[in-house]
Amino acid sequence: MITYAIFFAFGCYGLGLLMNLWRLARGPGRADRILALDTMVINVIALIVLYGIWQGTAVYFEASMLVAMVGFVSTVAYCRFILRGDIIE
Amino acid sequence: MFSDSSLLPIIAILPFLGALVPGVMIRAGRTACASFTAIPTVLALVMLGTLAPGVMDGTVYRAEIVWLPQLGLSASFFLDGLGLLFAGMILGVGLLITLYARYYLSGEDPMGQFYTYLLLFQGAMLGIVLSDNILLLLIFWELTSLSSFLLIGYWKHLPEGRQGARMALTVTGAGGLAMIGGMLILGNVVGSYNLTDILAAGDQIRASDWYAPALILILLGAFTKSAQFPFHFWLPHAMAAPTPVSAYLHSATMVKAGVFLMARMWPALAGTDMWFYIVATVGLVTMVLGAVIALFKDDLKALLAFSTVSHLGLLTMLLGFGTPEAAIAAVFHIINHLTFKAALFMTAGIVDHEAHTRDIKRLGGLARLMPITATIGTVAALSMAGIPLFNGFLSKELMLHEAAHVTWYQNPWIVGALATLGSLFSVAYSLRFIFHVFGGPVRDDYPAKPHDPPFGLWAAPAFLCVFVVLIGVAPFLAQPVVRMAAEAVTGEELSFYFKIWHGVNTALLMSIAAIVGGVILLGLHRYLDRLWIAAPRPEAKTIFDGLIAGVVGWMRGITGWLHHGAISRYLAVFVVATLVVGVAAFLGGEMGQQTRALTPIPPVAPLGWLLLVVATVLVVVHHRSRFRALVLIGVIGLMISLGFVFLSAPDLALTQISVETVTILLLLLALHFLPKETPVESSGGRRFGDAAIAIAAGVAVAGLAYAFMTRDFNSISDFHLANSKSGGGGTNVVNVILVDFRGYDTYGEIIVLGIAGLAIFALMESLLAGPAGRRLRNADYTLDRSKDRHPLMMVVATRVMLPIAMMVGIFIFLRGHNQPGGGFVAGLVFSIALLMQYMASGFAWTTRRQRLEYHALIGFGVVIAGLTGVGSWFAGRPFLTSSFGYFEFPPIEEFELATAMLFDLGVFLCVLGAVMLMLFGLSRLARHAGETVNKEPMEYDPSNAVAAATTRERR
Repeated sequence: MITYAIFFAFGCYGLGLLMNLWRLARGPGRADRILALDTMVINVIALIVLYGIWQGTAVYFEASMLVAMVGFVSTVAYCRFILRGDIIE
Repeated sequence: MFSDSSLLPIIAILPFLGALVPGVMIRAGRTACASFTAIPTVLALVMLGTLAPGVMDGTVYRAEIVWLPQLGLSASFFLDGLGLLFAGMILGVGLLITLYARYYLSGEDPMGQFYTYLLLFQGAMLGIVLSDNILLLLIFWELTSLSSFLLIGYWKHLPEGRQGARMALTVTGAGGLAMIGGMLILGNVVGSYNLTDILAAGDQIRASDWYAPALILILLGAFTKSAQFPFHFWLPHAMAAPTPVSAYLHSATMVKAGVFLMARMWPALAGTDMWFYIVATVGLVTMVLGAVIALFKDDLKALLAFSTVSHLGLLTMLLGFGTPEAAIAAVFHIINHLTFKAALFMTAGIVDHEAHTRDIKRLGGLARLMPITATIGTVAALSMAGIPLFNGFLSKELMLHEAAHVTWYQNPWIVGALATLGSLFSVAYSLRFIFHVFGGPVRDDYPAKPHDPPFGLWAAPAFLCVFVVLIGVAPFLAQPVVRMAAEAVTGEELSFYFKIWHGVNTALLMSIAAIVGGVILLGLHRYLDRLWIAAPRPEAKTIFDGLIAGVVGWMRGITGWLHHGAISRYLAVFVVATLVVGVAAFLGGEMGQQTRALTPIPPVAPLGWLLLVVATVLVVVHHRSRFRALVLIGVIGLMISLGFVFLSAPDLALTQISVETVTILLLLLALHFLPKETPVESSGGRRFGDAAIAIAAGVAVAGLAYAFMTRDFNSISDFHLANSKSGGGGTNVVNVILVDFRGYDTYGEIIVLGIAGLAIFALMESLLAGPAGRRLRNADYTLDRSKDRHPLMMVVATRVMLPIAMMVGIFIFLRGHNQPGGGFVAGLVFSIALLMQYMASGFAWTTRRQRLEYHALIGFGVVIAGLTGVGSWFAGRPFLTSSFGYFEFPPIEEFELATAMLFDLGVFLCVLGAVMLMLFGLSRLARHAGETVNKEPMEYDPSNAVAAATTRERR
C-alpha cells in the first residue's frame, strides 16, 4: 500500500516541479522566478525524503535536511539582491 | 664506518650551508662578513687537502647517497685527479676573491648578498667537478647558470649588468638544455647515469648510432658555457659584473666548466674524426678570433674578456686534438691561465678602482704612480704573452708543438700557422696591456688620482703572481699535479718532464715569430686601430637582441592568437583540442563489446532529466540577462544535487548543495558591481561556430559516458572498497580516500584553496588601489531600493539558525569518517551559517563580533593538517599514514578516534577560512563604493522601543 502512496506522491511533486519550471521559464517578473526556484527546493526536499522512504534508508534524510537548511539562503540572497543590490551591507 | 670518502658530500654541501651565513653576518660588519664567507671555503679546502695525498697516489674516492634509484639519480660524488685539480682551483681562487672583494666593493654595495651569491656559485661549481652522476652534474650545471646570473647582474642599477646577466643566462641556459638531451642519450646508450660507468664505456658510445647527436648536444652545452665561437659573445657583455665576479667566473671557474666537461668526457667521447673536426676547429677559430678582437678593445676588462675567449679556444683546441700529449698541455695551460688571468682581472679592477676608468686610451704612465700594481700586472701580462721564464710560455710552447704536428683535412701546416697567428695577436694585446696602461709618460687627466691600493686589494693578485713566476722558473713543481690530472683525463699512465729549454725546435721558432710579430703589431696599433674602427663588423649584441625580439614577437603572436582575452576563445581552443585528441584516440583504438544491459528508467528520474535539460537550455537563451542566468543556474545545481542523491552519492550531494549556495552568494556579490546585461559582441557566424563546437563536445562527452556505463571495466575502486575499513579505519570510502589513501593530494589541495583565498583578498586590495577602485568610488549605486536594510524577520531567523546550523556542521564533521560528511562539507556549512549573519545584520556588526582573522584560520588549517601528517613519522611510518583506535567515553557509546579526524579538522579550518576570506574580500568592495554601514543589528529593533517605554513608565 505504501508503495502506491509513494508513487502517488512522486507524481504530485513531480507535477509541482513541472509547474515551477513553467513559472521559471515564463517569469514574467524576477520575483516570480525566485519564488519558482524556492518552491522547487521545497519540492526537491520532498522528493528526497520520499526516495528515502521508498528505499528504506535514512541516509538521504540528511541530504534533505541540508537542502532545507541552506536552500533558503540563496533565496534570501536573490531577494536581497533585488531589494538592496548588495547582499552583504 | 667513517671513511675518507664520506668527506666528499660534506665538501660539496659546505658552500651551500655557508651561503646562509653572510646575509646575517653583514650586520656584524664587512670584515666579519668576509671572514665568515671564508670559513666554509677554508674548511672545504682543508678536507680536500686530507684527501689530496690519496688522489696523488691514484686512489679514486667515491661516496654515494641513494636518492631516486628508480630514475638512476643518486647523489654520488667522486674525486680523481681532474676533480681534485678543479676543486682546488675553485676553492683556492674563491678564497682569494673573498679577500679581494672585501676591499673592492664599496660601502653602498650589499656585501652580504654578494658573498651569498658567491658561495652559491662556488657550491654549484664544486658540485660539477665532484659529481659521479651525470644527472646530478646537470643539476649543478644549471645551478651555475642561475647563480652566475645573480652575480653578473649584481649591480642591479646598471642596465648593462642586467642585460649582460640576461644574455649569459639565455645562452648558457639554452646550452644547458641541449646538454640535458645529450646526457640523457648518453645514459640510455650506456644503461647507467653513473659517470664512472659512462667513462668506462667509451668504445660502446663511439660505436653507437646515437654518438653524433649526443656529442653535438653535449658540445653545445660545453661551447656555450666556455664561450666558444659562435657563442662567445655573451662573455664580454658579462663584464658589466663587479671585477671580483669577472675574476672568479671568467678566469677560473664558470667558463672553465665547459672545458672541464670536455676533459671529463674525454675518455667517452674523444678520439673520433667528428670530435677532432668539431672541437679542434671551433677551438682554433675561437682562439684566433678572440685574440684579434682583444687587440682592438679599449676597455681593460673587454680586452681581458676576449683574451679569455681566445685562451678557452686554445684549451678547446688542445682537447680536440685527442692525443695524450695535447691533454697534458691542456691541463697545464688550465693551471697557468688561471694564475695569470685571475691576477690580470684583479689588476684591471685595481686600476678601475683607483683611476676610475678602464679605458686604455685614457690611461698610461701608471707605472710611476702605482708601482706595485704595475709590477703585478706586468708579470701576469708577460705570462699571458708567453714570454720565457713565466708559466704561460711553457704551456704555450707545448700547445704550439702539438699544433705544429696536426694535419687538418690533409693540410699539415694550417693549424700550426693559425696557432702562431693567434699567439702573435696574443703577444700584441698582452704588451698593449702593459705599455698602454703602465708605460708611457704620466698624464694629468685621469678621472681620479691613481695610487697603489691597500694591501688587502693587491695581496690576492700578488699571491697568484708568485705562482706565475715559480712555475715559470721551476716547471717541475707543477709536474705531479699536471700528471695526476692528465692521467685522470686520458685514463692512461703518462710519463713526461717539463723543461724550460727544449733546444731549437719548431715550437720555439713559432714562439719567436709570434713575439716578434706581436711587437711589430703593437707598434702599428694606432694605424690598425683606425682601420678596425672604420671596418664594418657584425655586432653580436644587436644580432642577439634582434633574435630574442624576433622569438618573443613570434611567441607573442601565438599567445595572442590563442589567448586574446575572451573566454570564448580560450574555451574554443581547449575544447577543440580535447575533441581532436579524443576523436584520434577513438579512431585509433578499439572499443569492446557492450557488456551491461540497460536498466529500466525509474519514476521521476526522467522528470529530473527534463528539468536539467530545460534549465540548461534556458541559461543559454537568457545568458545575456545575468541575474536570470544566475537563478537558472540555481535550478541546475539543485537538480545535480538531486541526481547525486539518486545515484547513491550522498557525499557528493552534501558537497554540491553547500557549494551551490556559496557560489550563488559569491556571484551575486560580484554581480552588484558588474553590468547586469552582457552586450552582444560576437557575430552570428561566430556564434554559429561556437554552437557547433559546443554541441560536438557535448555529444562526445555523452557518448563517452554511455560507452563507459554500458561496459565493465577495472578501476581502482575495488581496492579502495576492500581496504577502506581495514587500512583507513572508516566505512565512508569517499572520506577515507580523501584523508588517507589520497591524503597527500588533499593536503596539496587545501593549500591551493588557501592560496586562492589569500590571492583573491590580495587582488581585491590591489584592485581597489588602481583605476578600478576609482571607478568604484565614483559609481552611482543609488537605485530605487528597499528602505529596510536589515529586516527584523531575517535577523531573528538567522540568529535562531546559527546554533542549529553549527550543530549540523559539527555532526557532519564528526561522523564523516564512517558516514557521508567530513571536514569539507562541515566547513562549507559553517561558512554558510556565518554568511547568513553577514547578510542579516550587515558587514560592520558581524565583523565586530569576529574574533579570529580568516587568514589565520587558513594558516591553522594547513599547519594542523601538516602536523598530523608529520606525526606519522614519529611512528616510523610515511607522511600522512593514518592510525586509529576505538575508545569508550561513558556515557557515549564506543567511539572511534582516528588521526584522520585531525587531518579533517585541518581541511575544515582551511575551507572555512578560504571561503569566508573570499566573500569577505568581495563584500569589502561595497565599502569602497561609499556605502555606509550600521552598527545596530537591525534597522528597527522593537525591543528598544519596549525598553524605552518601560523606562518611561517607571519614571
